[in-house]
Amino acid sequence: MLARRIIACLDVCDGRVVKGVNFAGLRQAGDPAELAARYDAEGIDEVVVLDVTATLENRAALLSTIRAVSRQLSIPLAVGGGIRSVDDAKAALDAGADKVSLNTAALRDPSIVTTLARRYGSQAVVVAIDARATPNGYEARSRSGTVAEPIPAIAWAREAAARGAGEILLTSIDRDGTKRGFDCDLTAAVGEAVAIPVIASGGAGAPEHFADVFTHGRADAALAASVFHFSEHGVADLKRFLLARGIPVRPPEPNTC
Amino acid sequence: MTIALIDYGAGNLTSVARGLTAVGAPPRLATTPSDLDAATAIVVPGVGHFGATASLDAAWREAVLAAIARRRPILGICLGLQWLFEGSDEAPDAPGLGLMGGRCFALTGPVKVPHVGWNTFARTDRPSRLLDGIPDESFAYFTHSYAAPVDEAVAITTHGQAFAAVVERDRVFGVQFHPEKSGRMGLRLLANFAALVRETG
Repeated sequence: MLARRIIACLDVCDGRVVKGVNFAGLRQAGDPAELAARYDAEGIDEVVVLDVTATLENRAALLSTIRAVSRQLSIPLAVGGGIRSVDDAKAALDAGADKVSLNTAALRDPSIVTTLARRYGSQAVVVAIDARATPNGYEARSRSGTVAEPIPAIAWAREAAARGAGEILLTSIDRDGTKRGFDCDLTAAVGEAVAIPVIASGGAGAPEHFADVFTHGRADAALAASVFHFSEHGVADLKRFLLARGIPVRPPEPNTC
Repeated sequence: MTIALIDYGAGNLTSVARGLTAVGAPPRLATTPSDLDAATAIVVPGVGHFGATASLDAAWREAVLAAIARRRPILGICLGLQWLFEGSDEAPDAPGLGLMGGRCFALTGPVKVPHVGWNTFARTDRPSRLLDGIPDESFAYFTHSYAAPVDEAVAITTHGQAFAAVVERDRVFGVQFHPEKSGRMGLRLLANFAALVRETG
């Protein structure tokens, strides 16, 4: 049976891992390659590196971070943040990423999703959607959550899937960094709208939150950052918690090889 | 020992090369068919669309089949496994190598496609050197929408339908999952392949 995935997200700014709340107020969390190695050893299923500054002058720094992180991993690596063109995607994949995650660039020109899916396969193309609850439903936001888009989040997820995205990385802006739990309603709504895997993100604070998003939210994967960086809950403990509740996850790697 | 890693321009080879290096078998990139002449083994990587194997034209096919005739071990990964078969519904005009019988088909059913993530594989009663020391029901990382028939499988995974997770016949090997992305189990599988190459080379 296909396991539900636990994904660690490294928000990287100028070569260091940082973490904020509601997309702001960053604090330092360490060296990306060191954290990646630790999570791999603990049994994380996948790592995402998100460049949260993504300015042009940091492009080279990001590529060297991707190289350093991918060297530590025996599991998949996705990279996002500031991937604006086919060339940016190619550079990230050549540096060792297995997937690229597109957000603002895909909203500006959705055809880039199809172009990349044709060239590298859908499995290499993740469309990241930052969603915020409004009285009229969930809106999609671009530019690190600062710009409201005309297309609603769920309609955009459907279009991204139709254009060839292999996965949706769905972040609740309202829950990001709050540790109040994932937005299960949002996750379930997007999961119902698309036939591709949905990664829930934003709000993880306790093992119960993962159980909730895999059951009520029907997420295929759940992503967290601070909950892992600051060692509040080890990956292995989290997986044992989920297995004990009958949620299929890949068991933690044994300590002996 | 020279393992040739075929570079046919589909996806990145970084992680496959890194995985082989980690088990003491650093590969050499093969960018033209003649690069296979001196190889003691061949790895065909692959992510993406079966149509990408169209770049593996008649000259490549001839060189690969000649190497197999020289008893060189070959390991196809993901799309590389699918290429071992006769063809795929994903790109009906692109012929496969035809080393394994049957055609690859689209995964369907009440499941999400692409099949992305960690899934288990069940060993069949066929013996496998590639899976030596790897327990039944181990988890591996998959990412694909098409799959190969189970007739010659040494391990089977089910996602909507049953498909070949691992195939093996003589010195022809294929894995639908990504051993280079499958944690310690995957590294063990690559080490098994490297050991087979050392034995034969």
